[in-house]
Amino acid sequence: MFQKILIANRGEIAVRIIDTARAMGVSTVAVYSEADADAAHVAAADEAVPIGAAPPRESYLCGDRIIAAARATGAQAIHPGYGFLSENPDFVAAVEAAGLIFIGPSAEAIRAMGLKDAAKALMEQAGVPVVPGYHGDNQDDDHLAGAAEAIGYPVLIKAVAGGGGKGMRKVAGAADFPAALQAARSEARNAFGNDAVLIEKYVEQPRHIEVQVFGDGQDAVHLYERDCSLQRRHQKVIEEAPAPGMTPEMRAAMGEAAVRAARAIGYRGAGTVEFIVDGSDGLRPDRFWFMEMNTRLQVEHPVTEAVTGLDLVEWQLRIAAGEGLPLAQEAIPLTGHAFEARLYAEDVAAGFLPATGTLAHLAFPPGIRADTGVRTGDTISPFYDPMIAKIVVAGATRGVALNRLARALEETRVAGTVTNLGFLGRLARHPGFAIGDVDTGLIARDLAELADGVPEPALLRAVVASAALVAAGLSGAALEGFALWQPLSRDLVLACEGEQFCVQLRLHGPDRATLVLEGGEVHAIRHPEGWIVDGHRPLPVVKAGGAIYVFAGAGGTFGLVPVDPLARATAEGLGGDGIEAPMPGLVKVVYVAAGVGVTAGQPLVILEAMKMEHTLTAPRDGIVAELFVAEGDQVEAGAPLIRLETEEDIA
Amino acid sequence: MKLQSNAVTGSETFQANRAAHLDALRVVQDAAALAAAGGGAKARDRHLSRGKMLPRDRVANLLDPGAPFLEIGATAAHGLYDGAAPCAGVIAGIGRVHGQEVMVVCNDATVKGGTYYPMTVRKHLRAQEIAEECHLPCVYLVDSGGANLPNQDEVFPDRDHFGRIFYNQARMSAAGIPQIAVVMGSCTAGGAYVPAMSDVTIIVREQGTIFLAGPPLVKAATGEVVTAEDLGGGDVHTRLSGVADYLAEDDAHALALARRAVSHLNRDRPATVRWESPEDPAYDPEELLGVVPADLRTPYDIREVIARLVDGSRFDEFKPRFGETLVTGFAYVEGCPVGIVANNGVLFSEAAQKGAHFIELCSQRGTPLVFLQNITGFMVGRKYENEGIARHGAKMVTAVATTSVPKITMIVGGSFGAGNYGMAGRAYQPRFLWTWPNSRISVMGGEQAAGVLATVKRDAIERAGESWSAEDEAAFKRPTVEMFETQSHPLYASARLWDDGIIDPRKSRQVLALSLSAALNAPIPETRFGVFRM
Repeated sequence: MFQKILIANRGEIAVRIIDTARAMGVSTVAVYSEADADAAHVAAADEAVPIGAAPPRESYLCGDRIIAAARATGAQAIHPGYGFLSENPDFVAAVEAAGLIFIGPSAEAIRAMGLKDAAKALMEQAGVPVVPGYHGDNQDDDHLAGAAEAIGYPVLIKAVAGGGGKGMRKVAGAADFPAALQAARSEARNAFGNDAVLIEKYVEQPRHIEVQVFGDGQDAVHLYERDCSLQRRHQKVIEEAPAPGMTPEMRAAMGEAAVRAARAIGYRGAGTVEFIVDGSDGLRPDRFWFMEMNTRLQVEHPVTEAVTGLDLVEWQLRIAAGEGLPLAQEAIPLTGHAFEARLYAEDVAAGFLPATGTLAHLAFPPGIRADTGVRTGDTISPFYDPMIAKIVVAGATRGVALNRLARALEETRVAGTVTNLGFLGRLARHPGFAIGDVDTGLIARDLAELADGVPEPALLRAVVASAALVAAGLSGAALEGFALWQPLSRDLVLACEGEQFCVQLRLHGPDRATLVLEGGEVHAIRHPEGWIVDGHRPLPVVKAGGAIYVFAGAGGTFGLVPVDPLARATAEGLGGDGIEAPMPGLVKVVYVAAGVGVTAGQPLVILEAMKMEHTLTAPRDGIVAELFVAEGDQVEAGAPLIRLETEEDIA
Repeated sequence: MKLQSNAVTGSETFQANRAAHLDALRVVQDAAALAAAGGGAKARDRHLSRGKMLPRDRVANLLDPGAPFLEIGATAAHGLYDGAAPCAGVIAGIGRVHGQEVMVVCNDATVKGGTYYPMTVRKHLRAQEIAEECHLPCVYLVDSGGANLPNQDEVFPDRDHFGRIFYNQARMSAAGIPQIAVVMGSCTAGGAYVPAMSDVTIIVREQGTIFLAGPPLVKAATGEVVTAEDLGGGDVHTRLSGVADYLAEDDAHALALARRAVSHLNRDRPATVRWESPEDPAYDPEELLGVVPADLRTPYDIREVIARLVDGSRFDEFKPRFGETLVTGFAYVEGCPVGIVANNGVLFSEAAQKGAHFIELCSQRGTPLVFLQNITGFMVGRKYENEGIARHGAKMVTAVATTSVPKITMIVGGSFGAGNYGMAGRAYQPRFLWTWPNSRISVMGGEQAAGVLATVKRDAIERAGESWSAEDEAAFKRPTVEMFETQSHPLYASARLWDDGIIDPRKSRQVLALSLSAALNAPIPETRFGVFRM
């Protein structure tokens, strides 16, 4: 086993790898960009080496610097994590050339799986079922149209070098084929510099089921499947294991196919074989086809760990260190059910736009696994993937695990950036998902409902009331809220995302309050955990950085900022049409001429008096109507210098 | 020693007492609600339509959210001036701003334009008196047309009239008690001196005005035609005249500026007493309504009241076996050490001597005094006069009058005759004087007064050789009895500011705590007693 490894990654995966390494007694070296100097993975590692500027191509994608860091620190091996350099065969070759071990497959294996059509041809040879399609070199339009006809519509046109949905077109019939082909080619050329396409059967009600494999270079085993059908634009959202509706026959068939795929390329380390499955008639052993193989540890590997009880990173390290496969196929356990939800800083309402921000608060409920690379106070920067955490839960059955997922999402607290937490929560409560009726189109079909984060008016009132009670800075002291007869009514204003909420707070004692706000009146009772508003369980509230964050579970997270009545600019400038000399003096400089537009604060005149130069500035925005003086004039105190046009002049 | 209550909370008597107290309380509650409504719905709507905050909301938004507000004179002027001046047209009380206790005096412009009736002046002056005695910074929320002209004779000329307000401001400022004014409306004539005499003044733009003479008077005097804003608006006073220091955009802004001004006062409480951690009484103060008899003539043990006021119901009774009709002892109220002097029957010579002794003790130690008044007076009769009860009573009165420790008086029952003096009645200048709705105050009981008058008259009639029938005597006595009944009612007393307010007995503990807390903003000077007649 290695004594020291370097992790060529950042964020949650770097932290996760460091955790396992530490548990195995292996020292760790982190690398970091300028933006990550204070990041969690740097703090978690035994050593850390800076490797460049914030943009990945100047740091995390700089293989030579990473290798240099490994050599400088005496690391024996490099774990690439996922993303960045994890599937870059040139990097693998460079690592090995430097006399270090790459914790992952060989460069050849990566290359073999890198180009999709070549990979499919390879798999077909190995007896792995592939989607009926044309993967040939003849890119002639008519030939491709003929191939589509032969496969049978609907078909999918995909870029050979593609990924992420770019250069992909669904074609319903022959009439649409030429236009779709042109569009797919053009996208592919722009995105990948390669406009070659392939044509595949379009699978109805497609499900994305993948099989986790491990190889030691000769032999291979599988660690069962994961279902990643809940996707949005080919981005996985919630993954689970096992796949809903999976049968022993189907699992055996898919597992064997995956192992065949791994063996075919002499695979070493962790890999994932992705299959597309026709879910229109349940799961049937003759209806799954090879899609691609990911030659790295997957983001969603924790669900496999949860149902097998194995540590996949430990397996990676052991295999990379030259041990054989830790377990034989029949010794690999499978118990219960697990889910993983990907928590992102993204604005769901704005079309899942990646978001940034400083995490004013980040907390996960106890009893779940949360893989995260950020902590309270950390920043989600625009340079990297905005993932905040992976929330992983397990249970004896799918129903139990799903309930726990929904609950865990409700109890997860993130403040300081917008997140997809509410969206995930609604997804976890989706009735179709609950009965295992999943396919890759589910999210798109029900997006409107899933993305609708508008809170119920009653909930919003409870949120605003909870925030107001915190904003009031109440202590609960015995005499709080005391009045001889009628309680006093205090106004509080809170701002939330450009909206202002006015609240009237009336305390009836230290433990009871009435709040009048838009849409009605609410009653609040103090409770050890907060305030019970209108009989509802206290909403957790956190104060951070001048804002008050209310966590309304599935209802969302609200950041409210108390509006300081002092924080308002006094509307200066009334009677400020004229600029007068504040004292007797000499007009040294005149900066403006009649008719010139000026802005508030702009220097207009310099007056020299009492051995000082006084700059007289515009009291408001406006236009110079008249100049009463010229440079060199001697003026008396109170002498008019400039007049600005009044509003009447302008009108 | 923890007091043991003998009350049976479920008993018929308990329930009957409670019902009677609640009835008495309801009358006061209604009066307080009437006062809080100010000049009525129409005037309030007009006030709001001008973009102004209602006076009580101004007070609320000046204070820390949730801060206790100890209002004084909440039913002042009740029933006076044909009900034209609810709450005497001015709200006054002690609240907290950034943790600093302050005296707030807030004109209610919905009541006759906030003009000063005689009771308005009296209440304003009482608020200032409290502030001066307790060293409380004053915040004046000004919105007043000045003196109420139809009542000018009772408002302007005398020592304790309008002019005294500014005299007090100057004296307090001199004593280092900050004076802050927020001009939120008119501030005319004499009223102009409230902001002008303040240390710091804030004025609301296009709403607050300060001038010695308003536009109509200016026109009459000199023919000059000028708008109120140009004559003395916020812009003028913060930019040209310097009469005000800060220009506020509206009420909310002005109050925030006032809060900021208070936050810069750089004041701390002087070290006075040794505070303990507060503790709730072991007996629920709610039970006060049941343990105190509804009828003032029914004797009861005042320790039942003490047990429901003090921390942990613990009471270290002093001299319990001597002069038993006066209960004296040490306790804590919300952590503040106090010496309690409470009536438990008529005052005898021994009780008066014990009272004087106990007050000396508290004065020596700097312990604030709490008087619980339920007193029909000193014992009368030959035996008592001959043994010198007046001499012993005088000792207690001397002690009460000359002690320097803060005194808080609460009238929980009767307050009659010289007992009122010995128990720190209004004339003995307690820092605060509060009354319960069931209390009565007069020089003697109505029956007794009518009896005295009837005896005098009967003597005269019989000297003239005539006779006076029992019916005639009863008819003669009735008006006196009725007059005493009316005049001894706490609402009658409170309307005239003979006290600082009627309170809900269940809130007595909080009222005491807040009174003590306010009083302890001032240092406690050494006491120098007068000559005790030994």
